[in-house]
Amino acid sequence: MGINLVMQEYEVLRNEAKCIGCKICVNQCANNVHRWDEDWQMIISDDKYCVNCHRCVVFCPTGALSIRKNANDFTFNANWENRHIKNIYRQAQSGGVLLTGMGNDRPYPVYWDKMVLNASQVTNPSIDPLREPIELKVFLGRKSALNEKDEVFKDDIFPWLELDLPVMFSAMSFGSVSLNVHKALARAAETMGTYWNAGEGGVHADLKKSMNHTIVQVASGRFGVNPAMLKEAAAVEIKIGQGAKPGIGGHLPGEKVGQEVADTRMIPVGSDAISPAPHHDIYSIEDLKQLIFAIKEATDYKKPVAVKVAAVHNIAAIASGIARAGADIIVIDGFRGGTGAAPQAIRDNVGIPIEFALAAVDQRLREEGIRNEVSIVVAGSIRNSSDIVKAVALGADAVYIGTAALIALGCHMCQKCYTGKCNWGIATQDPKLVKRLNPEIGARKLVNLLTAWQHEIKEMLGGMGINAIESLRGNRLMLRGIGLNKKELEILGIKAAGE
Amino acid sequence: MAVFIDGDKKHFRQLNGMIKEALSSDKNAVINNVNGQRYIAAGLEGDFDIVINGVPGNDLGIFMDGPFIRVYGNVQDGAANTMNGGALAVYGSAGDIICYGMRGGSVYVRDNVGYRAGVHMKEFGEKKPVLVIGGTAGDFLGEYMAGGIIILINRQDAWRPAGYFCASGMHGGVIYMRGNVEVGRDVRVESLGERDKEVLTFHLEVYKSLFEINLENVKIDEFNKIISTGNRPYKKLYAGI
Repeated sequence: MGINLVMQEYEVLRNEAKCIGCKICVNQCANNVHRWDEDWQMIISDDKYCVNCHRCVVFCPTGALSIRKNANDFTFNANWENRHIKNIYRQAQSGGVLLTGMGNDRPYPVYWDKMVLNASQVTNPSIDPLREPIELKVFLGRKSALNEKDEVFKDDIFPWLELDLPVMFSAMSFGSVSLNVHKALARAAETMGTYWNAGEGGVHADLKKSMNHTIVQVASGRFGVNPAMLKEAAAVEIKIGQGAKPGIGGHLPGEKVGQEVADTRMIPVGSDAISPAPHHDIYSIEDLKQLIFAIKEATDYKKPVAVKVAAVHNIAAIASGIARAGADIIVIDGFRGGTGAAPQAIRDNVGIPIEFALAAVDQRLREEGIRNEVSIVVAGSIRNSSDIVKAVALGADAVYIGTAALIALGCHMCQKCYTGKCNWGIATQDPKLVKRLNPEIGARKLVNLLTAWQHEIKEMLGGMGINAIESLRGNRLMLRGIGLNKKELEILGIKAAGE
Repeated sequence: MAVFIDGDKKHFRQLNGMIKEALSSDKNAVINNVNGQRYIAAGLEGDFDIVINGVPGNDLGIFMDGPFIRVYGNVQDGAANTMNGGALAVYGSAGDIICYGMRGGSVYVRDNVGYRAGVHMKEFGEKKPVLVIGGTAGDFLGEYMAGGIIILINRQDAWRPAGYFCASGMHGGVIYMRGNVEVGRDVRVESLGERDKEVLTFHLEVYKSLFEINLENVKIDEFNKIISTGNRPYKKLYAGI
């Protein structure tokens, strides 16, 4: 189709004075950027394949490599930005839907960064977490009897998930990420007294011993779902939507469906694993209730059932419906949530920020008098401990982290997860790449991250004079807005700084 | 000796509790007066033999792995949903989304089925789900089908045995349909091979003996075979950035 008009995105700069020709970069790059040239007796780099993942930069023993953005911009045009022009070239060349990875990278406002926390001064003294206990334990699940006319449920005490800190690892399927990622997440969750979510691709046989710390998903493709898995898991999550791609399904390409992925998903090797956009048995809140109770019946009412939805315009009404359908936990995934693959147009333009969705849902459920009936878990770009504290103050019971966990495992956010050539051994099924991620070391890094966040959360709570995370939940007086307009403050239910 | 359970005026939770209780010590159960109770045999694992007299409600046998259920009556929506193994025979008609996401076992329906039958049926290793429909099917039969076998006998010789959008998005498995075939672009229609005839003969014999219907008007040669054009339907849909 003629010459490809898309110029290289990055330039590989090699300091020849420092390069010792050790060829580590050649071996490390799965994108074939670097190669050893026998005739020239030197390493040649082909910039056009570079994805800026920094694998070669980190591994170069002499620090000879650096990657720069290609400086060849088009003539400045505030309307026709570089990306628009390049995307048109790409689509004119291929006729394809533009595919990308990780979360929404557009410069939408991040409302976590426009909210600040309170601290005690003089009155209501602050608490020093190094000397006094501060409780971060939370219980996820239904805290009251099922709001049902049916007499048979009136005496039920429903099962809860007990978390030692209000953070869980969010759903990433085996197939989209490597088995070593799953192993690291499972071990870290066990160590930290929390849970990891196996995503919609089932749970690999090697991880059966961790099932009491595993949340399993029932998604539209129903991959890997069998009665034994439902009964062994800590909780079951019905996946309706995902923040990165609300309203559309997922396609795990056949190239990634090797023997182990196929066995875990329970599909033939090499076939596309297609998750349709809707669940074909859920066309209404009543149908959702039906699946929730089918899972409850299949698990003898011993497992909490979560329902995960993407944050979209009418999220408050949707969440109310989910609560009334009998879910124990509502998971809301904001529009900055990550993904292994999503059409760029969807990822960057569909859905709403998690901060607004959370505030709206918490408010609506309180107004309806049903907030106590369900737990709320939020996801969609929780980046640090203060995001967690702010989320809890806005009304969340706990958060899910996905991207943050992958970054702890070495992800460099190059957004090329969908290629299956992840040089960090995360979003790949290539055995040579997968073994680059040691699950033991990965688990330790995740444990370190959560331990650090645990300390920070305690410091922030202590500073507010609060000694239990439960006392912060929905305590919006602990938040103030900066640089927000009246309507935004109203939706978030917080005052402006200084008020 | 089978346990007899009376479903009259029982809430689904009570009825299902009684069934689980009975099957903890017995292999056979007969459930009478079933009247729309949902989730019967949900997630049930084991080689139980269950007879249902009446009309079971939605999600009969969801996630089930192993039991053989006979229903003397019609079944409502979602029967054999995400079923992993076992068998279901319906002496009547079935509602919508029967066999959604089914991975193993076999389902025989004497009469007709509603919309979205066999959506996203899939196979895995030894597991190959089978849905045999004696009469006709509604729209979206075998949509997204990824594996297994659907047989539409159309014993009443309807001019149009399946509704619109049959086999759309199909990327695996096979549908055998007797009568007029109208399908989407993802699939092709072929004539039967020897192996197909064996499979069909086997399942038609099972159907005849289960329901005691002799299918005199049904000839193997009248079936068409619908298969997908590939197992990678979206291979060319995307462009990386």
